[in-house]
Amino acid sequence: MNIDINFLGVLIGAIMASSVPLILAASGELITERSGVLNLGVEGMMIIGAISGFALMIITDNLFLAIIGSMLSGLLLSFIFGFLTQSLLTNHVATGLALTIFGIGLSAMIGKDFVGIPGKEFPLLFVNLKEAIPLFGPIFFGHSIVFYFAFLLPFGTNYFLKKTKIGLIVRAVGDSPVSAANQGINVLLVRYCCILYGGAMCGLGGAYLSLIYTPQWIENMTAGRGWIALALVVFATWSPLKVLVGAIIFGGITILQLHMQAMGIRIPVQFLSALPYIMTIVVLVIISRDSRKIKLNTPTSLGQIFYKEK
Amino acid sequence: MIKIERRDETSNIIYFLTPVLAIFLTLITGAIIFYLLGFKPLEALKFFFITPISDLYGLSELLVKATPLCLIAIGLSFCFKSNNWNIGAEGQLTFGGIVGGGVALLFYNHQGFYVLPLIILAGAIGGMVFAMIPAILKIYFNTNEILVSLMLVYVSKLLLDYLVVGPWSNPEGFNFPETRQFSDSARLPILFEGLRIHTGIFIALISVFLAWVVLFKTYLGFQIKVSGLSLKTAKYAGFKGKTMILLVFMVSGACAGLAGVGEITGPIGQLHRMISPEYGFTAIIVAFLGRLNPIGIVFASLIVALTYLGAETAQIFLQVPKYTGQVFQGMILFFLLASDFLLFFRIKFLGFKKYEY
Repeated sequence: MNIDINFLGVLIGAIMASSVPLILAASGELITERSGVLNLGVEGMMIIGAISGFALMIITDNLFLAIIGSMLSGLLLSFIFGFLTQSLLTNHVATGLALTIFGIGLSAMIGKDFVGIPGKEFPLLFVNLKEAIPLFGPIFFGHSIVFYFAFLLPFGTNYFLKKTKIGLIVRAVGDSPVSAANQGINVLLVRYCCILYGGAMCGLGGAYLSLIYTPQWIENMTAGRGWIALALVVFATWSPLKVLVGAIIFGGITILQLHMQAMGIRIPVQFLSALPYIMTIVVLVIISRDSRKIKLNTPTSLGQIFYKEK
Repeated sequence: MIKIERRDETSNIIYFLTPVLAIFLTLITGAIIFYLLGFKPLEALKFFFITPISDLYGLSELLVKATPLCLIAIGLSFCFKSNNWNIGAEGQLTFGGIVGGGVALLFYNHQGFYVLPLIILAGAIGGMVFAMIPAILKIYFNTNEILVSLMLVYVSKLLLDYLVVGPWSNPEGFNFPETRQFSDSARLPILFEGLRIHTGIFIALISVFLAWVVLFKTYLGFQIKVSGLSLKTAKYAGFKGKTMILLVFMVSGACAGLAGVGEITGPIGQLHRMISPEYGFTAIIVAFLGRLNPIGIVFASLIVALTYLGAETAQIFLQVPKYTGQVFQGMILFFLLASDFLLFFRIKFLGFKKYEY
């Protein structure tokens, strides 16, 4: 088959663009989970970010405000989760699930008047380079600022967790909140910060969808990406750089199935779409089977309620 | 300063009253949200919670929607009571629907009394087998059942999608993503002419009764309860932990499978993409709201079913999106979980002095 080199570049660029919301949400959730908190509300925070960003863009006509607003709205929603799970000691799984259900409903209510309004063009960077360089041009250039931020984020997250003192504290809180508390670390504060950061990143991931990727508001437009992001964190065994790889695989499958249909390749698209989920289960089995390996990779206190008798 | 203390014991009456408090707080917050969005709050609440059930048809619809919710939540209560976090009931429902639907399609031009029981049995087994995947992986590989059961939801939904678009799609269906209509023998009989309420409600009620017997009157129920309260105690008492994990997942999966098969042989009558409006996820709220108690779950399923109906009515009269029901479902669970805090902890006000730990 004769593959046009420019088409290949465009294809890879499209795959990377479709993985951006996954990278953002998964990187945020990764920090949350590293501090020992399992927030299943990713989908809800993303969709609230998507509608807030879009609504603010329409109302204020200011893309910067829209982006900031989407992050704030994700953060606000994650605060509900944080308050319930950390201060009121509720079950992480049930609370996160409620957050997703609530978020999808609330976004539809807020977005009622924004359905069908066309979005605005988001400024893209290095557009002239995109045309000038074959193959690499469409891959690396002509994207939005959020795109570049997303691809730098896993490296930043990795540095933060491995090389900084605060990163060490986050990991300590996730692995053993009791020992961390005995060391004088304010476990609640650390976990609150990690939850809020996760919420903000999920909100940004949602805004990428409604402002840049498909600039409009559609009910339930995140379409399960939040759940994929959750799977991605596990798939990456809580390692930020592997999130990047995983997101490109997950995003690649989304784009490839569109093109495969067009090219008439006869593998049912549903099997391709199911592949990432099945792979996540396989990865889970591989890392969980060895109890030493799981201890090395998983935040030990993930999803457990931390309560300090005073 | 405020000090938080764990309560030594919790009053049983308050334990079952807090869900009522949660519903009350949800209504108030719902009214505020409606007001902020520019609706008359009382009128909106009326359209949401009273109009849908003010006639016979509405009441029948309420029971149609409460039936799968109740069935799934009953199954989930076994899992949650023993600290097994099966959140993939939606997938087990879908897979039960696929297996049951497959049998129904096999018999699409047969009539006979044996068809329906076969389909129902197939659906229950389908759901059960699908739920055994996270259980077995948890037992032998120590995997996290939350994530595995969740991933399998998408796998089963995609499988259903593949089947109704591809090999099982109706040959005379002009390429619509749906199967043939099932034969009359494959349908759950409706109870009253002109209403959609069907005999599936008896399956739900029987399962409520059986769950009550098992949970409160048998040694097995006692084991489930103890494992939920303290895994260490259960181990010390010599309960077979692994068998129990498998068992509660099987019960839960079978119930979800029954709910799936009840939907396709009841109100739907064929397989298509949307055999469940996320009943499997919503049932988790039902299970919590019902306090994992079979009788409580019956009431909770009616209340949560009302949020589905209310959203449909409000969509027509107030032009709010159908997802509005989820706002109420989410809030009920938020408030319920929050009020639990007061159940298990006591807040002591110690004045504003510094005190020593």
